[in-house]
Amino acid sequence: MDKQGNTYTFLYAAAMVIIVATILALVSQGLRPRQVRNELVAKKIDILQSVNISSTNRDAVDVFNRYIGENTYVVDFQGNRVSGEEAIDIDMAREMRKPLEERFFPVYEVRLDNGELKYVLQMRGNGLWGPIWGYVSIEDDGTTIFGATFSHQSETPGLGAEIDSDSFQNQFRGKRVFNEAGELVSVDVVKGGARPGDPHAVDAVSGGTITSDGLANMLRNYFSGYEQFLKNIERESYE
Amino acid sequence: MSSDKEPLFSAKNLKLITTPIGPQNPITIQVLGICSALAVTAKLEPSIVMSLSVVFVMVFANLIISLLRNTIPSRIRIIVQLVVVASLVILVDQILKAYAYDVSRQLSVFVGLIITNCIIMGRLEAFALGNKAWPSILDGAGNAAGYGIILIIVGFVRELFGSGTLSFPGFGTFQVIPQAFYDLGYVNNGFMILPPMALVVVGIIIWIQRSRDKSLIESH
Repeated sequence: MDKQGNTYTFLYAAAMVIIVATILALVSQGLRPRQVRNELVAKKIDILQSVNISSTNRDAVDVFNRYIGENTYVVDFQGNRVSGEEAIDIDMAREMRKPLEERFFPVYEVRLDNGELKYVLQMRGNGLWGPIWGYVSIEDDGTTIFGATFSHQSETPGLGAEIDSDSFQNQFRGKRVFNEAGELVSVDVVKGGARPGDPHAVDAVSGGTITSDGLANMLRNYFSGYEQFLKNIERESYE
Repeated sequence: MSSDKEPLFSAKNLKLITTPIGPQNPITIQVLGICSALAVTAKLEPSIVMSLSVVFVMVFANLIISLLRNTIPSRIRIIVQLVVVASLVILVDQILKAYAYDVSRQLSVFVGLIITNCIIMGRLEAFALGNKAWPSILDGAGNAAGYGIILIIVGFVRELFGSGTLSFPGFGTFQVIPQAFYDLGYVNNGFMILPPMALVVVGIIIWIQRSRDKSLIESH
Protein backbone atom coordinates (compact mmCIF):
# COMPACT_ATOMS: atom_id res chain seq x y z
CA MET A 1 0.00 0.00 0.00
CA ASP A 2 1.23 3.50 -0.85
CA LYS A 3 2.29 4.99 2.48
CA GLN A 4 2.02 8.55 1.19
CA GLY A 5 -1.41 8.04 -0.39
CA ASN A 6 -4.63 9.60 0.89
CA THR A 7 -6.30 6.30 1.80
CA TYR A 8 -3.39 5.17 3.96
CA THR A 9 -3.13 8.57 5.64
CA PHE A 10 -6.85 8.61 6.47
CA LEU A 11 -6.87 5.06 7.78
CA TYR A 12 -3.74 5.72 9.83
CA ALA A 13 -5.21 8.85 11.43
CA ALA A 14 -8.51 7.11 12.15
CA ALA A 15 -6.88 4.05 13.72
CA MET A 16 -4.54 6.23 15.80
CA VAL A 17 -7.39 8.33 17.17
CA ILE A 18 -9.49 5.30 18.06
CA ILE A 19 -6.61 3.54 19.82
CA VAL A 20 -5.53 6.63 21.77
CA ALA A 21 -9.11 7.49 22.73
CA THR A 22 -9.71 3.95 23.99
CA ILE A 23 -6.55 3.92 26.11
CA LEU A 24 -7.25 7.32 27.65
CA ALA A 25 -10.90 6.50 28.31
CA LEU A 26 -9.94 3.26 30.06
CA VAL A 27 -7.27 4.95 32.17
CA SER A 28 -9.59 7.79 33.09
CA GLN A 29 -12.41 5.41 34.05
CA GLY A 30 -10.08 3.15 35.99
CA LEU A 31 -8.51 5.96 38.01
CA ARG A 32 -11.71 7.97 38.53
CA PRO A 33 -12.75 6.42 41.88
CA ARG A 34 -9.28 7.07 43.34
CA GLN A 35 -9.28 10.64 42.08
CA VAL A 36 -12.73 11.36 43.49
CA ARG A 37 -11.67 9.95 46.85
CA ASN A 38 -8.49 12.06 46.80
CA GLU A 39 -10.51 15.19 46.10
CA LEU A 40 -12.92 14.45 48.94
CA VAL A 41 -10.07 13.74 51.37
CA ALA A 42 -8.29 16.95 50.30
CA LYS A 43 -11.51 18.85 50.94
CA LYS A 44 -11.84 17.39 54.44
CA ILE A 45 -8.19 18.20 55.20
CA ASP A 46 -8.81 21.81 54.13
CA ILE A 47 -11.97 22.12 56.23
CA LEU A 48 -10.16 20.76 59.31
CA GLN A 49 -7.15 22.97 58.61
CA SER A 50 -9.35 26.06 58.84
CA VAL A 51 -9.95 25.26 62.53
CA ASN A 52 -6.24 24.47 62.99
CA ILE A 53 -6.72 20.71 63.18
CA SER A 54 -4.09 19.10 61.01
CA SER A 55 -4.78 15.75 59.42
CA THR A 56 -3.13 13.62 56.77
CA ASN A 57 -4.38 11.71 53.76
CA ARG A 58 -4.54 8.65 55.97
CA ASP A 59 -6.59 9.85 58.92
CA ALA A 60 -8.55 12.80 57.46
CA VAL A 61 -11.83 10.88 57.18
CA ASP A 62 -11.70 9.66 60.81
CA VAL A 63 -10.73 13.06 62.15
CA PHE A 64 -13.50 14.67 60.12
CA ASN A 65 -16.05 12.24 61.54
CA ARG A 66 -14.82 12.85 65.08
CA TYR A 67 -14.98 16.66 65.03
CA ILE A 68 -17.68 17.37 62.46
CA GLY A 69 -19.52 14.18 61.56
CA GLU A 70 -23.12 14.96 60.70
CA ASN A 71 -23.03 18.54 61.90
CA THR A 72 -23.11 19.99 58.43
CA TYR A 73 -25.92 21.80 56.70
CA VAL A 74 -26.65 24.21 53.91
CA VAL A 75 -28.06 27.70 54.37
CA ASP A 76 -29.54 30.10 51.84
CA PHE A 77 -29.01 33.84 51.41
CA GLN A 78 -31.59 34.56 54.13
CA GLY A 79 -29.64 32.41 56.57
CA ASN A 80 -32.29 29.68 56.70
CA ARG A 81 -31.36 26.03 56.55
CA VAL A 82 -32.09 24.28 53.28
CA SER A 83 -33.28 20.73 53.72
CA GLY A 84 -32.33 17.90 51.41
CA GLU A 85 -28.85 19.20 50.56
CA GLU A 86 -25.57 17.75 51.83
CA ALA A 87 -22.96 20.42 52.56
CA ILE A 88 -20.03 18.33 51.40
CA ASP A 89 -21.72 17.53 48.08
CA ILE A 90 -22.44 21.15 47.13
CA ASP A 91 -20.70 21.91 43.84
CA MET A 92 -19.31 25.38 44.50
CA ALA A 93 -18.38 25.90 40.84
CA ARG A 94 -22.01 25.43 39.85
CA GLU A 95 -23.24 27.67 42.68
CA MET A 96 -20.90 30.40 41.41
CA ARG A 97 -22.92 30.61 38.19
CA LYS A 98 -26.08 31.54 40.09
CA PRO A 99 -26.70 35.06 41.41
CA LEU A 100 -25.48 35.44 45.01
CA GLU A 101 -29.06 35.61 46.38
CA GLU A 102 -29.93 32.17 45.00
CA ARG A 103 -26.79 30.28 45.97
CA PHE A 104 -26.53 27.56 48.58
CA PHE A 105 -23.94 28.10 51.31
CA PRO A 106 -22.46 25.05 53.11
CA VAL A 107 -21.74 25.26 56.84
CA TYR A 108 -19.64 22.81 58.86
CA GLU A 109 -19.97 22.98 62.64
CA VAL A 110 -16.85 21.94 64.51
CA ARG A 111 -16.86 21.12 68.21
CA LEU A 112 -13.26 21.45 69.37
CA ASP A 113 -11.67 19.39 72.15
CA ASN A 114 -12.11 22.29 74.59
CA GLY A 115 -15.85 22.39 73.84
CA GLU A 116 -15.78 25.58 71.75
CA LEU A 117 -18.01 25.68 68.69
CA LYS A 118 -16.71 27.02 65.37
CA TYR A 119 -18.52 27.48 62.07
CA VAL A 120 -16.61 26.73 58.88
CA LEU A 121 -17.80 28.63 55.80
CA GLN A 122 -16.92 27.56 52.30
CA MET A 123 -15.93 30.05 49.58
CA ARG A 124 -14.92 30.16 45.96
CA GLY A 125 -13.67 32.90 43.67
CA ASN A 126 -11.36 33.69 40.81
CA GLY A 127 -7.60 34.18 40.95
CA LEU A 128 -5.32 35.16 38.10
CA TRP A 129 -5.28 31.91 36.13
CA GLY A 130 -8.16 29.91 37.51
CA PRO A 131 -10.47 29.33 40.45
CA ILE A 132 -9.39 29.88 44.06
CA TRP A 133 -11.33 28.58 47.04
CA GLY A 134 -11.11 28.43 50.77
CA TYR A 135 -12.63 27.71 54.14
CA VAL A 136 -12.98 30.35 56.84
CA SER A 137 -13.90 29.38 60.38
CA ILE A 138 -15.84 31.84 62.51
CA GLU A 139 -16.11 31.99 66.30
CA ASP A 140 -19.55 31.60 67.88
CA ASP A 141 -19.81 35.41 68.13
CA GLY A 142 -20.49 35.36 64.39
CA THR A 143 -17.80 37.90 63.49
CA THR A 144 -14.32 36.90 64.66
CA ILE A 145 -12.31 34.74 62.29
CA PHE A 146 -10.79 31.74 64.02
CA GLY A 147 -8.80 30.40 61.08
CA ALA A 148 -8.69 30.28 57.32
CA THR A 149 -7.29 28.09 54.62
CA PHE A 150 -7.10 28.85 50.93
CA SER A 151 -6.35 26.81 47.87
CA HIS A 152 -6.07 27.40 44.18
CA GLN A 153 -6.02 25.49 40.96
CA SER A 154 -3.33 27.23 38.96
CA GLU A 155 -1.90 30.37 40.57
CA THR A 156 1.78 31.13 39.93
CA PRO A 157 4.10 29.21 42.31
CA GLY A 158 6.01 31.58 44.58
CA LEU A 159 3.64 34.45 43.79
CA GLY A 160 -0.14 34.12 43.83
CA ALA A 161 0.14 30.51 44.95
CA GLU A 162 1.44 31.79 48.32
CA ILE A 163 -2.20 32.26 49.38
CA ASP A 164 -2.05 28.65 50.52
CA SER A 165 1.01 29.27 52.74
CA ASP A 166 0.67 29.25 56.52
CA SER A 167 2.19 32.70 56.89
CA PHE A 168 -0.53 34.22 54.72
CA GLN A 169 -3.40 32.24 56.24
CA ASN A 170 -2.36 32.84 59.84
CA GLN A 171 -2.87 36.58 59.37
CA PHE A 172 -6.62 36.01 59.30
CA ARG A 173 -6.84 34.81 62.89
CA GLY A 174 -8.71 37.29 65.05
CA LYS A 175 -9.80 39.49 62.13
CA ARG A 176 -13.41 40.62 62.14
CA VAL A 177 -16.12 40.39 59.52
CA PHE A 178 -18.43 43.03 61.04
CA ASN A 179 -17.44 46.43 62.47
CA GLU A 180 -18.42 47.81 65.88
CA ALA A 181 -21.75 49.06 64.50
CA GLY A 182 -22.56 45.57 63.22
CA GLU A 183 -22.12 46.46 59.54
CA LEU A 184 -20.51 44.00 57.16
CA VAL A 185 -16.96 45.13 56.27
CA SER A 186 -15.28 41.84 55.32
CA VAL A 187 -11.50 41.47 55.40
CA ASP A 188 -9.51 43.28 52.75
CA VAL A 189 -6.19 42.09 51.32
CA VAL A 190 -3.98 45.16 51.16
CA LYS A 191 -1.06 45.54 48.78
CA GLY A 192 1.99 46.97 50.52
CA GLY A 193 0.77 45.87 53.94
CA ALA A 194 -2.23 46.40 56.17
CA ARG A 195 -2.15 48.98 58.95
CA PRO A 196 -1.02 47.23 62.14
CA GLY A 197 -3.98 46.38 64.34
CA ASP A 198 -6.55 46.86 61.59
CA PRO A 199 -9.19 44.16 62.28
CA HIS A 200 -10.46 44.22 58.69
CA ALA A 201 -7.28 43.89 56.62
CA VAL A 202 -4.33 41.57 56.01
CA ASP A 203 -1.13 41.93 53.92
CA ALA A 204 -1.34 40.86 50.30
CA VAL A 205 1.08 38.26 48.92
CA SER A 206 3.99 39.98 47.21
CA GLY A 207 3.96 39.71 43.45
CA GLY A 208 0.45 38.29 43.49
CA THR A 209 -1.73 41.37 43.18
CA ILE A 210 -4.46 39.90 41.00
CA THR A 211 -4.68 36.74 43.12
CA SER A 212 -4.86 38.90 46.27
CA ASP A 213 -7.59 41.07 44.77
CA GLY A 214 -9.48 37.94 43.71
CA LEU A 215 -9.21 36.61 47.24
CA ALA A 216 -10.48 39.88 48.74
CA ASN A 217 -13.42 39.79 46.30
CA MET A 218 -14.16 36.20 47.21
CA LEU A 219 -14.25 37.09 50.92
CA ARG A 220 -16.46 40.13 50.35
CA ASN A 221 -18.83 38.12 48.15
CA TYR A 222 -19.23 35.17 50.43
CA PHE A 223 -19.33 37.10 53.68
CA SER A 224 -22.28 39.01 52.23
CA GLY A 225 -23.78 35.67 51.18
CA TYR A 226 -23.36 34.33 54.71
CA GLU A 227 -24.26 37.68 56.33
CA GLN A 228 -27.73 36.68 57.58
CA PHE A 229 -26.44 33.34 58.82
CA LEU A 230 -23.63 35.02 60.75
CA LYS A 231 -26.06 37.53 62.27
CA ASN A 232 -28.24 34.62 63.38
CA ILE A 233 -25.27 33.01 65.14
CA GLU A 234 -24.47 36.27 66.87
CA ARG A 235 -28.06 36.60 68.11
CA GLU A 236 -28.06 33.02 69.35
CA SER A 237 -24.84 33.55 71.27
CA TYR A 238 -26.46 36.38 73.27
CA GLU A 239 -29.52 34.34 74.17
CA MET B 1 24.04 -4.00 8.53
CA SER B 2 26.95 -5.34 10.54
CA SER B 3 26.49 -8.74 12.10
CA ASP B 4 28.19 -8.03 15.43
CA LYS B 5 25.72 -6.25 17.70
CA GLU B 6 26.52 -2.85 19.11
CA PRO B 7 26.70 -2.94 22.93
CA LEU B 8 23.81 -1.17 24.67
CA PHE B 9 26.04 1.44 26.21
CA SER B 10 28.63 1.89 23.49
CA ALA B 11 30.58 5.11 23.37
CA LYS B 12 28.31 6.35 20.59
CA ASN B 13 25.17 5.59 22.58
CA LEU B 14 26.51 7.14 25.76
CA LYS B 15 27.21 10.30 23.82
CA LEU B 16 23.47 10.54 23.11
CA ILE B 17 22.99 11.03 26.84
CA THR B 18 26.00 13.19 27.67
CA THR B 19 25.98 15.74 24.84
CA PRO B 20 22.51 17.14 25.56
CA ILE B 21 23.45 17.51 29.22
CA GLY B 22 26.58 19.48 28.38
CA PRO B 23 27.64 20.92 25.00
CA GLN B 24 24.27 20.50 23.28
CA ASN B 25 22.07 21.42 26.23
CA PRO B 26 18.52 22.13 25.02
CA ILE B 27 18.09 25.16 27.26
CA THR B 28 21.48 26.85 27.44
CA ILE B 29 22.75 26.08 23.92
CA GLN B 30 19.68 25.51 21.80
CA VAL B 31 17.57 27.91 23.92
CA LEU B 32 14.47 25.72 23.72
CA GLY B 33 11.91 25.11 26.44
CA ILE B 34 12.56 28.52 27.98
CA CYS B 35 8.86 29.19 28.60
CA SER B 36 8.41 26.35 31.05
CA ALA B 37 11.83 27.01 32.58
CA LEU B 38 10.60 30.49 33.51
CA ALA B 39 7.22 29.33 34.76
CA VAL B 40 7.98 26.49 37.15
CA THR B 41 11.32 27.45 38.70
CA ALA B 42 10.18 29.87 41.42
CA LYS B 43 10.51 26.90 43.77
CA LEU B 44 12.70 23.82 43.73
CA GLU B 45 9.95 21.24 44.25
CA PRO B 46 7.89 21.94 41.11
CA SER B 47 11.17 22.15 39.17
CA ILE B 48 12.10 18.61 40.24
CA VAL B 49 8.67 17.12 39.58
CA MET B 50 8.47 18.90 36.23
CA SER B 51 11.89 17.50 35.28
CA LEU B 52 10.82 13.95 36.18
CA SER B 53 7.56 14.30 34.26
CA VAL B 54 9.43 15.56 31.20
CA VAL B 55 11.89 12.62 31.43
CA PHE B 56 8.94 10.20 31.44
CA VAL B 57 7.06 11.88 28.60
CA MET B 58 10.16 12.33 26.48
CA VAL B 59 11.52 8.80 26.81
CA PHE B 60 8.19 7.23 25.95
CA ALA B 61 7.33 9.69 23.19
CA ASN B 62 10.71 9.06 21.56
CA LEU B 63 10.26 5.30 21.95
CA ILE B 64 6.75 5.22 20.50
CA ILE B 65 7.56 7.50 17.56
CA SER B 66 10.73 5.53 16.87
CA LEU B 67 8.78 2.25 16.77
CA LEU B 68 6.17 3.77 14.48
CA ARG B 69 8.64 5.69 12.33
CA ASN B 70 8.31 3.49 9.24
CA THR B 71 4.51 3.55 9.30
CA ILE B 72 3.84 7.25 9.89
CA PRO B 73 2.64 9.04 6.74
CA SER B 74 4.97 12.04 6.40
CA ARG B 75 2.16 14.49 5.68
CA ILE B 76 0.56 14.01 9.10
CA ARG B 77 3.71 13.22 11.10
CA ILE B 78 3.50 16.38 13.22
CA ILE B 79 -0.10 15.53 14.13
CA VAL B 80 0.91 11.99 15.05
CA GLN B 81 3.74 13.32 17.25
CA LEU B 82 1.40 15.77 18.92
CA VAL B 83 -1.19 13.07 19.63
CA VAL B 84 1.46 10.81 21.17
CA VAL B 85 2.89 13.59 23.38
CA ALA B 86 -0.55 14.84 24.41
CA SER B 87 -1.73 11.34 25.36
CA LEU B 88 1.38 10.72 27.46
CA VAL B 89 0.92 14.05 29.22
CA ILE B 90 -2.72 13.24 29.99
CA LEU B 91 -1.58 9.87 31.34
CA VAL B 92 0.98 11.55 33.64
CA ASP B 93 -1.65 14.02 34.81
CA GLN B 94 -4.24 11.31 35.53
CA ILE B 95 -1.76 9.09 37.35
CA LEU B 96 -0.49 11.98 39.49
CA LYS B 97 -4.09 12.89 40.38
CA ALA B 98 -4.79 9.32 41.46
CA TYR B 99 -1.54 8.42 43.24
CA ALA B 100 0.23 11.69 44.11
CA TYR B 101 -2.63 14.11 44.62
CA ASP B 102 -0.57 16.66 46.59
CA VAL B 103 2.05 16.92 43.89
CA SER B 104 -0.55 17.21 41.17
CA ARG B 105 -2.20 20.02 43.10
CA GLN B 106 1.10 21.89 43.26
CA LEU B 107 2.01 21.34 39.65
CA SER B 108 -1.50 22.17 38.48
CA VAL B 109 -1.30 23.66 34.99
CA PHE B 110 2.35 22.91 34.39
CA VAL B 111 1.83 19.24 33.64
CA GLY B 112 -0.43 20.26 30.77
CA LEU B 113 2.23 22.68 29.61
CA ILE B 114 4.62 19.79 28.90
CA ILE B 115 2.71 19.42 25.61
CA THR B 116 3.97 22.81 24.52
CA ASN B 117 7.58 22.04 25.39
CA CYS B 118 9.39 22.55 22.10
CA ILE B 119 12.26 20.25 23.15
CA ILE B 120 9.99 17.21 23.00
CA MET B 121 8.60 17.91 19.52
CA GLY B 122 12.07 18.92 18.42
CA ARG B 123 13.64 15.60 19.43
CA LEU B 124 10.79 13.57 17.92
CA GLU B 125 11.21 15.37 14.62
CA ALA B 126 15.00 15.51 14.61
CA PHE B 127 15.90 12.15 16.14
CA ALA B 128 13.16 9.60 16.82
CA LEU B 129 11.76 9.72 13.28
CA GLY B 130 15.10 8.56 11.87
CA ASN B 131 16.58 6.27 14.52
CA LYS B 132 16.01 2.92 16.15
CA ALA B 133 14.21 2.48 19.45
CA TRP B 134 17.16 2.17 21.85
CA PRO B 135 19.13 5.21 20.68
CA SER B 136 15.84 7.14 20.67
CA ILE B 137 15.24 6.25 24.32
CA LEU B 138 18.75 7.42 25.20
CA ASP B 139 18.36 10.61 23.21
CA GLY B 140 15.06 11.32 24.96
CA ALA B 141 16.51 10.62 28.40
CA GLY B 142 19.60 12.75 27.66
CA ASN B 143 17.70 15.77 26.44
CA ALA B 144 15.16 15.58 29.23
CA ALA B 145 18.03 15.32 31.74
CA GLY B 146 19.77 18.30 30.17
CA TYR B 147 16.54 20.25 30.49
CA GLY B 148 15.92 18.99 34.02
CA ILE B 149 19.38 19.86 35.33
CA ILE B 150 19.05 23.48 34.27
CA LEU B 151 15.54 23.61 35.74
CA ILE B 152 16.76 22.27 39.07
CA ILE B 153 19.73 24.66 39.21
CA VAL B 154 17.50 27.64 38.44
CA GLY B 155 14.82 26.46 40.89
CA PHE B 156 17.47 26.00 43.60
CA VAL B 157 18.93 29.49 43.13
CA ARG B 158 15.56 31.21 42.88
CA GLU B 159 14.01 29.55 45.91
CA LEU B 160 17.13 29.95 48.06
CA PHE B 161 17.54 33.66 47.42
CA GLY B 162 13.89 34.47 46.79
CA SER B 163 12.26 32.71 49.72
CA GLY B 164 15.17 31.53 51.88
CA THR B 165 13.82 27.97 51.73
CA LEU B 166 14.29 24.77 49.73
CA SER B 167 11.44 22.38 48.97
CA PHE B 168 11.63 18.75 47.88
CA PRO B 169 8.83 16.58 46.54
CA GLY B 170 7.54 14.35 49.32
CA PHE B 171 9.58 16.03 52.05
CA GLY B 172 8.10 19.51 52.25
CA THR B 173 9.78 22.87 52.62
CA PHE B 174 12.87 23.57 54.71
CA GLN B 175 14.04 26.93 55.97
CA VAL B 176 17.65 27.13 54.82
CA ILE B 177 18.65 30.69 55.61
CA PRO B 178 18.66 30.86 59.42
CA GLN B 179 16.44 33.22 61.34
CA ALA B 180 19.55 34.90 62.78
CA PHE B 181 20.33 36.30 59.31
CA TYR B 182 16.90 37.91 59.13
CA ASP B 183 17.36 39.31 62.62
CA LEU B 184 20.57 40.95 61.39
CA GLY B 185 18.65 42.61 58.59
CA TYR B 186 18.95 40.11 55.73
CA VAL B 187 15.99 40.34 53.36
CA ASN B 188 14.84 37.83 50.76
CA ASN B 189 15.29 39.08 47.23
CA GLY B 190 11.67 39.38 46.10
CA PHE B 191 12.84 39.90 42.52
CA MET B 192 14.09 36.31 42.48
CA ILE B 193 10.60 34.86 42.53
CA LEU B 194 9.51 36.91 39.52
CA PRO B 195 9.89 35.27 36.07
CA PRO B 196 12.50 37.75 34.69
CA MET B 197 15.04 36.49 37.22
CA ALA B 198 14.77 32.98 35.76
CA LEU B 199 15.95 34.43 32.48
CA VAL B 200 18.84 36.22 34.20
CA VAL B 201 19.86 33.02 36.04
CA VAL B 202 19.70 31.03 32.79
CA GLY B 203 21.81 33.78 31.19
CA ILE B 204 24.43 33.46 33.92
CA ILE B 205 24.54 29.68 33.43
CA ILE B 206 25.05 30.21 29.68
CA TRP B 207 27.84 32.69 30.43
CA ILE B 208 29.62 30.28 32.77
CA GLN B 209 29.25 27.39 30.32
CA ARG B 210 30.63 29.40 27.41
CA SER B 211 33.53 30.81 29.35
CA ARG B 212 34.58 27.25 30.23
CA ASP B 213 34.05 25.76 26.78
CA LYS B 214 35.38 28.17 24.14
CA SER B 215 34.22 25.94 21.29
CA LEU B 216 30.65 27.05 22.02
CA ILE B 217 31.40 30.67 21.12
CA GLU B 218 30.44 31.55 17.55
CA SER B 219 33.35 32.83 15.44
CA HIS B 220 31.68 35.89 13.92
